[in-house]
Amino acid sequence: MAINWFKYSAPTTFYGLAGKLIPWFAFSSAILFVVGLYIGFAVAPADYQQGEFYRIIFIHVPSSILSMFLYLVMAGYAALGLIFNTRLSAMMATAIAPTGALFAFISLWTGALWGKPMWGAWWVWDARLTSELILLFLYLGFIALHASIDDPRRADRASALLAIVGSVNVPIIYFSVQWWNTLHQGSTIKFSGTSMHVAMQQAMFITLAACWLYAIAVVLARVRSIILERERNTTWITELPEVRS
Amino acid sequence: MMVNGHDGQTGMKKTTLLGLLALVIRRDLVLAMRRRADVLTTLIFFVMVVSLFPLGVGPEMDMLRKMAAGVLWVAALLSSMLSLGRLFSADYLDGTLEQMMLAPQSLSMLVLGKMTAHWMVSGLPLVLMAPVLGLQFDMPVQALGVLIIGLLLGTPVLSMVGAIGAALTLGLRGGGVLLSLLVLPLCIPVLIFGTGAVEAVSTGLSAASHLSLLGALLVLALVFTPWVTAQALRISME
Repeated sequence: MAINWFKYSAPTTFYGLAGKLIPWFAFSSAILFVVGLYIGFAVAPADYQQGEFYRIIFIHVPSSILSMFLYLVMAGYAALGLIFNTRLSAMMATAIAPTGALFAFISLWTGALWGKPMWGAWWVWDARLTSELILLFLYLGFIALHASIDDPRRADRASALLAIVGSVNVPIIYFSVQWWNTLHQGSTIKFSGTSMHVAMQQAMFITLAACWLYAIAVVLARVRSIILERERNTTWITELPEVRS
Repeated sequence: MMVNGHDGQTGMKKTTLLGLLALVIRRDLVLAMRRRADVLTTLIFFVMVVSLFPLGVGPEMDMLRKMAAGVLWVAALLSSMLSLGRLFSADYLDGTLEQMMLAPQSLSMLVLGKMTAHWMVSGLPLVLMAPVLGLQFDMPVQALGVLIIGLLLGTPVLSMVGAIGAALTLGLRGGGVLLSLLVLPLCIPVLIFGTGAVEAVSTGLSAASHLSLLGALLVLALVFTPWVTAQALRISME
């Protein structure tokens, strides 16, 4: 049986699918957050060097990872929209940007909270911090460019091009740790085994999954709003039960 | 390499790619020379921003010497942002840009010409002015040399990356501020390597690695930005 993969690339069909999926992602994200944070704060032992302060990684690391990953996803959707001229891809890119910016901001904020007790400073001009700040700027530039163009088609295409150009910077962020070897601690999880306690690892991966599911749920909810706004003059929107009532 | 004109048409001169490049550069330079004030404003802005720093942080020479490269680079970055808005806007407003896009020749090459002219008008004067300002900050001669080489390699990248932003924000309200918001983050690597080179020399290391990276950025920008800017222009003009 051939599955029509393109069926859900139309806003008309995707709107309904997204509506059905959101509760699943939202609930599983909430459950994983509770479990992950419980393991992180109650089960995982204190670190022999950093004491209790390290526990911020259960928020900090997932949000850093997601802020970078979401940028690539956003640029990916932007590229799809630019190449195949699909409306939904551009809407997805627009919907991802605020969530990505939020994660970048949380990552910087929690990093500052961790830095004060560990480094004695709220902020140090280390490569990775700076790169994360640049990433936040890139998100803000994307959002600002999209917001300042009135014609939605031009806005989509222009910001898509900007996202693709900006994604050149994401690898620089990743490799900056090796390039400028400074204050920031190197990554603890390596492919050849890790120096972390098992409970810490579990908690981190669970909160990472929770953040991931949260991002999906929020992006789907936002893309539904964007579809409603952009297609408000079409008949299928006016015939929706939630619009009619 | 020849770009084929329509053979049937009489009086149409065939233009080679390099000929086109030279044509665009000459045209933009002539236009810039007719409006010399614009060029001078950018340069004066650069000098002024640099001169404000000692007033802001105090006249201690030790500190100023350390800051010099960073201050000069940031000022160069800001003043190149200032002139970027004019890169396409005049041609956009009087319809020339539309004609250029209809031309049978490659739009990327045309854009490259405009970028080069922009650099010669707004980047090169800064590079030539920088040693004088560096002396005001008591920079050692060796560091000054590296600063100049760095600026020579880096300012074209600023013009080229900036052109993408200028093309994307063409004709928008508040385009100038938006342009800086888009382009400045993308220019940070140039700033880092440019100041890093001077830093390396003044601590007794070789600046070669930083300058090589700057050169690599220049080559990358030279290859990709004309094409990306051409695409951005197509998006903005459709």
